[in-house]
Amino acid sequence: MTEPAVKYIEGATGPWEIVLGLEVHAQVSSKSKLFSGASTEFGAEPNTQVSLVDAAMPGMLPVINEFCVEQAVRTGLGLKAQINNWSRFDRKNYFYPDLPQGYQISQFQFPIVGEGEVLVDLPGGATRIVRIERLHLEQDAGKCLHDQSPNESLVDLSRSGIALMEIVSKPDMRSAEEAGAYVKKLRTILRYLGTCDGNMEEGSLRADVNVSVRKPGGPLGTRCEIKNVNSVRFIGQAIEYEARRQIDVLESGGTIDQETRLFDSKTGETRTMRSKEDAHDYRYFPDPDLQPLVLDKAYVDAIAAGLPELPDVRRARYINEFGLSPYDASVLVAERETAAFYEAVAKGRDAKLAANWVIVELFGMLNKRGVGIEESPVSAARLGELLDLLADGTLSGRLAKEVFEIMIETGGAPKAIVEERGLVQVTDTGAIEAAVDAVIAANPDKVAEVRSGKDKLLGWFVGQVMKSTGGKANPQVLNDILRKKVMGE
Amino acid sequence: MSVDAATVKRIAKLARIRVEDGELAPLAAELDTILHWVEQLGEVNTASVEPMNSVMPMDLKRRADQVSDGGYPEDVLANAPEQRHGFFVVHKIVE
Repeated sequence: MTEPAVKYIEGATGPWEIVLGLEVHAQVSSKSKLFSGASTEFGAEPNTQVSLVDAAMPGMLPVINEFCVEQAVRTGLGLKAQINNWSRFDRKNYFYPDLPQGYQISQFQFPIVGEGEVLVDLPGGATRIVRIERLHLEQDAGKCLHDQSPNESLVDLSRSGIALMEIVSKPDMRSAEEAGAYVKKLRTILRYLGTCDGNMEEGSLRADVNVSVRKPGGPLGTRCEIKNVNSVRFIGQAIEYEARRQIDVLESGGTIDQETRLFDSKTGETRTMRSKEDAHDYRYFPDPDLQPLVLDKAYVDAIAAGLPELPDVRRARYINEFGLSPYDASVLVAERETAAFYEAVAKGRDAKLAANWVIVELFGMLNKRGVGIEESPVSAARLGELLDLLADGTLSGRLAKEVFEIMIETGGAPKAIVEERGLVQVTDTGAIEAAVDAVIAANPDKVAEVRSGKDKLLGWFVGQVMKSTGGKANPQVLNDILRKKVMGE
Repeated sequence: MSVDAATVKRIAKLARIRVEDGELAPLAAELDTILHWVEQLGEVNTASVEPMNSVMPMDLKRRADQVSDGGYPEDVLANAPEQRHGFFVVHKIVE
């Protein structure tokens, strides 16, 4: 495993290193909330998915959702982390209109999951190991709308009480690129496990980014926390801006205040969120409404036994068994659905060829149409049939692409398309020779040019013959014949 | 542990309880007395005693992941000082 190259940002006084740690909030893919039976479905009318527990009515008691506990353990195992058999819920006290209880039920001192790690593959083949500090379960807050009225805010409590897994990394990342790759990898792992849908647009995955800068090899700088950044692109922008801001402050003789900042996606800037006089003092204490969460070994073992093949293992398998490049393997395993599609295409066929077609042709087409692989107009089985026609010589690579285009439009079977449209490639030497002879006879000047050393013109002949045969001439055979007839080889 | 007026002021602010300046010192003295009283527990040797989470031995009660509650926004909003289009309305809070 190669360590990533060190990346510095140039300041007026020399190079600086960025140090990054992330707290990712991942919404558990549960139907109901962490401590109440209200629905978690996205996009409901305001305050409809709120129970009296979520609204913090007096006397209401929280009862934990066992599915959420299971997903936290699953995720912990997927992060190769320590599962704590004894954990506890604490109250984190603060006032805000989206928090009717006046406290968030969270896990402070004894989280359900301890230390683990995530391998982050970077472009160029390097791998960053990001250590996980902890994962704990906590409640989400409600949602405030600030832009509906000039001097009022509107509050919807439908999110209030939804289960979140807060995944805290150690400060192991050194660039915006690494932080983005880390979030993507985490998202992949969560989606493989099925514990979080990873939908950043709907807020199922958000990150708080801790940024500090230091002179290379120097002591850690004071960090600022940028709250609630909800896309990989914004995470990158926020880090770039914040690192530059801190460097400018330090180089002009100032000091960094440890503070919470907000990223404004419209301006691409970060700004102070809370004034210093309201410095965090959450007065955590154990929630007296909830007993400690005790898990026995058999429970954890049973969850471990049911884990799916995770992306790192699958990627290694693609490299070792299928002979794929690390890059291609990473692309294919990034989404569980993509990997399943690829494996269906590759089964019993040339795995490298299958990878090429899925990554280049299929993804290219899906990107162009802006659809996901679930909505692909060409199924894995059909694409496989096309590769079979390529393998048995019925189609040339060029014809296969032509057939693929027709499959996208009609969704038809490749074999039927080939028969209907007569797209079988011509490997019959006689037919190709005749076509070549015709082109030579019609263009004696070009033949002379090629023979006098302009080899590149040979491509022109290929084009002419392809044109006259409707693109069906086997390119290899054609090339051989051309070389023989025109060049006299 | 002892509580001074500044601590009382800070805690009151965090708890959003209004305490007039003149009340700070007497409150500090009262809280100090309470804390000292509780601190007597420290005289008991608990080195070999496991922390007790509940008087009755019981486990954390768990429920299945089913939607069984919610769907009554009018009840949720019943005590709201102000509401509009199904939302609570509060003073503008700008970060």
